[in-house]
Amino acid sequence: MVMDLQTLLLNLFATALPVVLIVILVRARRQPLWAEAYRRLRRNRLAMAALVLIGVYGSIAVLDSVHWKNNRTADPHSILDRMTAWVPVERTYSAPLSTVTVEPKPHRTIVRHLLGTDANGKDVLVRTLKGCRTAILVGVVPMLIIMPVGILLGMLAGYYGKRVDDAVQYTYTVFTSVPDILLLISLVLVLGHGILQVCLALGITGWVGLCRLVRGETLKHRDREYVRAARALGVSDLRILLRHILPNLLPVVIISVVLGCSGLVLSETILTYLGVGVPPEMGSWGNMIDAARLELAREPAIWWQLTAASSALFLLVLSFNLLGDALRDAVDPRLRSS
Amino acid sequence: MNTPLLQVENLRTYFHTPYGIARAVDGVSFSVQAGQTLAIVGESGCGKSMTALSLLQLVPEPAGYIEGGRILFEGKDLLDRTWNQMRQVRGRDLAMIFQEPMTSLNPVFTLGTQLVEAMTVHGTATRMEAEKRAVTLLERVKLPQPQQVLRQYPHELSGGMRQRVMIAMALANRPKLLLADEPTTALDVTVQAQILDLLRELQQETGMAVLLITHDLGIVARMADQVAVMYAGQVVENAPTKQLFRNPQHPYTRGLFASLPTRSQRGRDLATLEGTVPQSTNWPAACRFEPRCPARWQTCAEIAPKFLTTKPDHLLRCHLYDPDIPDRPQAPSLQEAMKTLESAGRTVAPIAAVPNSEVQP
Repeated sequence: MVMDLQTLLLNLFATALPVVLIVILVRARRQPLWAEAYRRLRRNRLAMAALVLIGVYGSIAVLDSVHWKNNRTADPHSILDRMTAWVPVERTYSAPLSTVTVEPKPHRTIVRHLLGTDANGKDVLVRTLKGCRTAILVGVVPMLIIMPVGILLGMLAGYYGKRVDDAVQYTYTVFTSVPDILLLISLVLVLGHGILQVCLALGITGWVGLCRLVRGETLKHRDREYVRAARALGVSDLRILLRHILPNLLPVVIISVVLGCSGLVLSETILTYLGVGVPPEMGSWGNMIDAARLELAREPAIWWQLTAASSALFLLVLSFNLLGDALRDAVDPRLRSS
Repeated sequence: MNTPLLQVENLRTYFHTPYGIARAVDGVSFSVQAGQTLAIVGESGCGKSMTALSLLQLVPEPAGYIEGGRILFEGKDLLDRTWNQMRQVRGRDLAMIFQEPMTSLNPVFTLGTQLVEAMTVHGTATRMEAEKRAVTLLERVKLPQPQQVLRQYPHELSGGMRQRVMIAMALANRPKLLLADEPTTALDVTVQAQILDLLRELQQETGMAVLLITHDLGIVARMADQVAVMYAGQVVENAPTKQLFRNPQHPYTRGLFASLPTRSQRGRDLATLEGTVPQSTNWPAACRFEPRCPARWQTCAEIAPKFLTTKPDHLLRCHLYDPDIPDRPQAPSLQEAMKTLESAGRTVAPIAAVPNSEVQP
């Protein structure tokens, strides 16, 4: 299996976040506070459905991430490519459910393009599946920048106050005073075209919200009596921040990260549609929607590519939002009775 | 008399507020002998808790700061220490227990984890030793089933049990001085007595000194060797407990005693001190108690009273006892003062009354 560096990095990054989250959650499950939250989450059927759906998207992305070359093809093909290799390229713009004759030896079978084909005669369903990897990557990888930066700066600002707080607040006020989309576009233009660059740009612009949230929460916990008691015991600042305050911030951080993922997936689509997102040869829902712009003007309108991409996008974002809301209900201290 | 364990001299802790500088602690001096208990008494807002926090240099930042004074602990000034040097003193030589046992423990960790942290943070014990000692500590504060308590979370315990755990944490490093900031205010009366007995027992066992902050004179009588009465950021009277209870001299102290319910007063209205403690941004210029004092005269509003020694051990801040004030009236005797206070105590209208009530069959 040979992968180029960029793909390797991306795959590593993309696996890191779920792994970290799962480790935190498994460790936390042993504590009654979290065990209770977990129980509530399990009881919420909608949330479990959302989790399963995210899992399905994730597995497709994983299938599409592992790829290698063989002697017949010049480009590396992923598992997903190989699984869908039998789907023939058809005439341009076959309608959904149009029949196709496949002639693999020894049998002749008739299949249908469930969602039709696009301008190049490629199956739209396959293209939609190819878009999953991009969406999941863009939804997850920027979080690896957003989380450390947002949490670190937020906690420092909230805990130390004064100059540190001024500096952090100044920085993010400057960041937020530039329209997000402009900043993103200029960053992508500077960093170059490519999915890693898009992730980087989204990470650089996305930490402000989390930072603000963490700062506020830290401010609240800093003056709690248990922090004062720890200080009266002679516990060091670093230890108070990491051992006493951070665990108390986790609920809000996890909720905001899950909800943030859906925002990131959406911004990828928007960026790609504007032509500054992932490169056109890469499968992505943004690219499909961009292509659909012209197709809708045709007579009769070619609606299936747009519909497929937006439905896939809609379902993923909806799942993230449902899961985030369910998490909020399950762990939010304000809603918890105690 | 040998050198006291803790000697505070002219301690001043100020706060920046939108209304000016609040002098929460303004020239407080007292000393605590090793193994003894000093009680600081006073109404809310007169700077008791801030005095304790100042000793640990944990005044809420950024508004609060220690303006000046000396805090001599075993002869060395704690104010000379840097933040890191101060950290080594906290929890090891000086430990503190807070008023609210409900919120003073971190909700997300077991009590065992927190107790062990209290011991390991100063490197006085390894984790293994600390875990063993945690059990003994919990036994000493008389918690049943210590093994089980170590695995529990704060919300699983009652207030009294949590305060016991807090005391165990404070005792973990065998401090020489324990600062107890209203340790029983948030507890039920029955639990209060248990906790106080426990504190006294532990004090006898370990020989530590206790600085007890309270507004309850009943607790003072029970616990303290020495009492400092605080009013408006200053100590107004400082005397051994017995002496102070037998013969309180400062009008404020007398007011506090007059407002205690006693058997002889049954059926009568309780005397109250008119008014409240003034705002700490705006203390009265001369005597701070003057606006509320039943024995005040002209001079009280003009000259600030000095801190006098009337008897050996009895310190007082009042013009009535100052021989340098020529026009001072005769200080009223205790009985006279009590009588004036009782008659001055306004008759409080009943909060609820049921006129012409008839019980319907």
